Amino acid sequence: MTYNLETAQHPENLRRVAIDPVSRVEGHGKVTILLDDQNKVHQVRLHIVEFRGFEKFIQGRPYWEVPVMVQRLCGICPVSHHLAASKALDIIVGAKKLTPAAEKLRRLMHYGQMLQSHALHFFHLCSPDLLFGFDSDITKRNIVGVAMAHPETAKRGVLLRKFGQEVIRVTAGKRVHGTGAVPGGVNKSLTIAERDELLKDIYHIVQWSREAVHMIQKVHTQDPGLYNSFGIFRSNFMSIVGNNGDLDFYHGTLRARDDNGKLLFDHVDYQQYNDYIEEEVRPWSYMKFPYFRSIGKEHGWYKVGPLARVQNCDQISTPFAEHERKEFIDYAGGTPMHAPLAYHWTRMIEMLHAAEVIKELLHDDDLLSDDLMVKGERQMEGVGVIEAPRGTLFHHYQVDENDIVTMANLIVSTTNNNQAMNEAIRHVARRYLNGREITEGLLNHIEVAIRAFDPCLSCATHALGKMPLTVELVDVEGAVVHSLSRD
Amino acid sequence: MSQTFSLDGQSIAFEPGQTILQAAEAAGVFIPHLCYHPEFKPHGSCKLCTVKANGRQTASCTMRAVPGMVVESNTEEINAERRALTQMLFVEGNHFCPSCEKSGNCQLQATAYHLGMMSPHYDHFFPNRAVDASHPEVLLDFNRCILCSLCVRASRDVDGKNVFALSGRGIKTHLIVNAKSGRLTDTDFTLDDKAAQVCPVGVILKKRQGFAVPIGERKYDKAPISAMTEQNKLTEEG
Repeated sequence: MTYNLETAQHPENLRRVAIDPVSRVEGHGKVTILLDDQNKVHQVRLHIVEFRGFEKFIQGRPYWEVPVMVQRLCGICPVSHHLAASKALDIIVGAKKLTPAAEKLRRLMHYGQMLQSHALHFFHLCSPDLLFGFDSDITKRNIVGVAMAHPETAKRGVLLRKFGQEVIRVTAGKRVHGTGAVPGGVNKSLTIAERDELLKDIYHIVQWSREAVHMIQKVHTQDPGLYNSFGIFRSNFMSIVGNNGDLDFYHGTLRARDDNGKLLFDHVDYQQYNDYIEEEVRPWSYMKFPYFRSIGKEHGWYKVGPLARVQNCDQISTPFAEHERKEFIDYAGGTPMHAPLAYHWTRMIEMLHAAEVIKELLHDDDLLSDDLMVKGERQMEGVGVIEAPRGTLFHHYQVDENDIVTMANLIVSTTNNNQAMNEAIRHVARRYLNGREITEGLLNHIEVAIRAFDPCLSCATHALGKMPLTVELVDVEGAVVHSLSRD
Repeated sequence: MSQTFSLDGQSIAFEPGQTILQAAEAAGVFIPHLCYHPEFKPHGSCKLCTVKANGRQTASCTMRAVPGMVVESNTEEINAERRALTQMLFVEGNHFCPSCEKSGNCQLQATAYHLGMMSPHYDHFFPNRAVDASHPEVLLDFNRCILCSLCVRASRDVDGKNVFALSGRGIKTHLIVNAKSGRLTDTDFTLDDKAAQVCPVGVILKKRQGFAVPIGERKYDKAPISAMTEQNKLTEEG
C-alpha cells in the first residue's frame, strides 16, 4: 500500500506516453506514463479529465428535483443516482420506512439496472479482451468481433441488457432517466400486463446469467497464472451488507475489511459515513481519493464493487448465486482474492443474483399495490447510500426550511476505487511495459486493468465503447518519437 | 346563421366578435399559442399565434374574424417563424427540461415538440435568476418565465390581489412579486388563487409535488398539444 510510481522524482528528463482517452470504459479518462531512455517506468497516473460540478449546481434547487437531476450524471447507471438521492431525501421528508410496495418497486428498478449494467460491461466492453486476448488483433477486439466469432454470446449480452432496461422502463417510466422514485416512495406500481411481460422472459434470463458465470469462471480458472496475478495489489475493501450479512445492493449497513479479510468496521449506519470516510484532493486529477479515517491517507484507501461485495457479505440469499459465491470463495482459498480480473467473475455472480431477485420480486403481488407513499417529520439533513454496479455510492444533502438544497456531497462508486485503479495500472506498467517498446497491445494491458473495475470515469456513455484513441511517445524536446492512433 | 372565413383553405364558422384564434379553437383547429388563455383578455405578446390574414401578419388572438377573410396559419413559413420565437424563449430563460418537474405538462415544451424544434439554435443567455422559495406552499422558479403575463392577469382580474407584475422594458422585462421585500411569502398569495393555476411553464409550482405523476400519464404524454381541446390544456391532469 504505497504511492509508488505516482510521482516521478525527476519528471523533466522523462518521456510521456498518454492513453487518451481510455477506451471501452464509461466516460473520459486518460493514463499518462513517464519513461526514461531505457523505457523504464517512473510514473503512471489515471487522470479524470472532466469537471462535472454537480455538487455545486444542485445547491439552490428544491429538494424534490434532485433525484431526477442527479441521474443526469450518468447514462449507464442513472438509476443508482436516482435511488441514492431518493433514499437521502426519504430521510429529509421523514419517511423512515417506505411502504412494502415502494421498497420492492425501487429494489426491482435497481436490480434491473444491476443486470443491464453488468451485462453491458461484461459482454460489450470486456468480452473482447477475455475471449480474444489482451493483445489480439485490434480490428477484431470489439463487440462486433465477438458477434462474428461468438454470435450466441453476443446475442445473449444484448438481450440480457435489454431485459434489465425493460425492468427499468416499467418501474421508472423510461429506460434511461426516468422518474419512478420520489422522496417518500415511488410514483407508480406495475400493471399486471407489465409484470407478465417480464415474467415471460425471466427464466431464461436467470439461466443465461448462470451460464455467464460459468463462462468467466472457466476463462479465469484455465489461466490462473494470468488471472490471479494481473495488476494485483492488496487493499482494504468496503460495501454495504444487508440483514444477516446478506449481499444487498439496495440497502444495508457499511462493512469494511482489511486486506486479510479482518473486519475494520461493521454495522455502521451510513448516516454517519463522515465519521469513517474522508476524501483527499490531489492536484493532478479531478477525482478525489477517499480513505478510512481510522487508518489514514497512506494505507486507508480501499476498493469497492463486485469483488469487494461478494467477499464482504456472509452469504447470498438466492440459491444459484450463493452456490457460485461458494465456488469463488473456495477457489480463493479462504483468504480474500485481490486480483482485479476476479472482478469479472464476481460481477457475473452479482448479475445472476440480480436476475434471481427480479424473478422473486415478479412473483410478489406487492408490486401491483397502490400504497406507494409515506411521509413523516421533516428533517434538515439526509444521507442515501446504495450499492451501484460499480460500488458504494453516497449522496448527502442538507435542505433548508424553504425546501432548498444548501449542501450536496456525492462520493460516487468509481471515486472509491480511484487509488485501487491507479495501483492496478502501476502494477501492470511495471510488469508488462518496463524496458519494452510500447505497442498498442501493451497499452491495452493498462486499459484491461482499468476496465476490470468497470469505472464510470465521468458518467458519460459510449454505445460501442470504441472511442478514438491516440497514443504518442514524445521525447524530452517534445518531438513525437512514436505514434499510434485509431479512429 | 354564422359567418365564415377561410383558414388554410378550410371554412371556419364564427360568431360576431370572436377572434381568429377563438373561432379556430371552437372548430377544432390548432393554432400554437402561449400567452392566450380563453378566460382572460388577449395579451398578444408571445406572437406564437401569428397568422397571415388577407396577406398581413397579425396575432390571431387579438384579430377579430371577418367574413370572407383569408387566413394562413399552418404554413412552412409561419411555422418557421414560430419555431424561431420558441427557440428565443428557450435561450432567454433557463429551461432545463431533463430535470424540470413541469416536463410533460409544459405548454412551452409541448409547443416546441409540435413545431419540430430540434435544438435551441441561438446562444443561451443563461440569465442569473434567483428562485423564490419563501412561500410555504408555492415555489417560484423565475428561470422558466416566458413573460406570458397570465399570472399577472389572473391575480389582478380574478383574484383581485395584484401579486405579480412585469417590470423593466425590452429584453430586461422580468416578472416581479408585488411586495416590498419582493418575496412571495410577504404577499397574500395562496394556492387557491387563480394565478396559481395558470402558469403554462414551470414558474409557479405547488411545493413538494414534483414528479408525482409518472411518465406516460402526464398531460402531453397522452396526446400532443395540437390534439388537445382548450379545456384539457387548462387542467393540470389533462
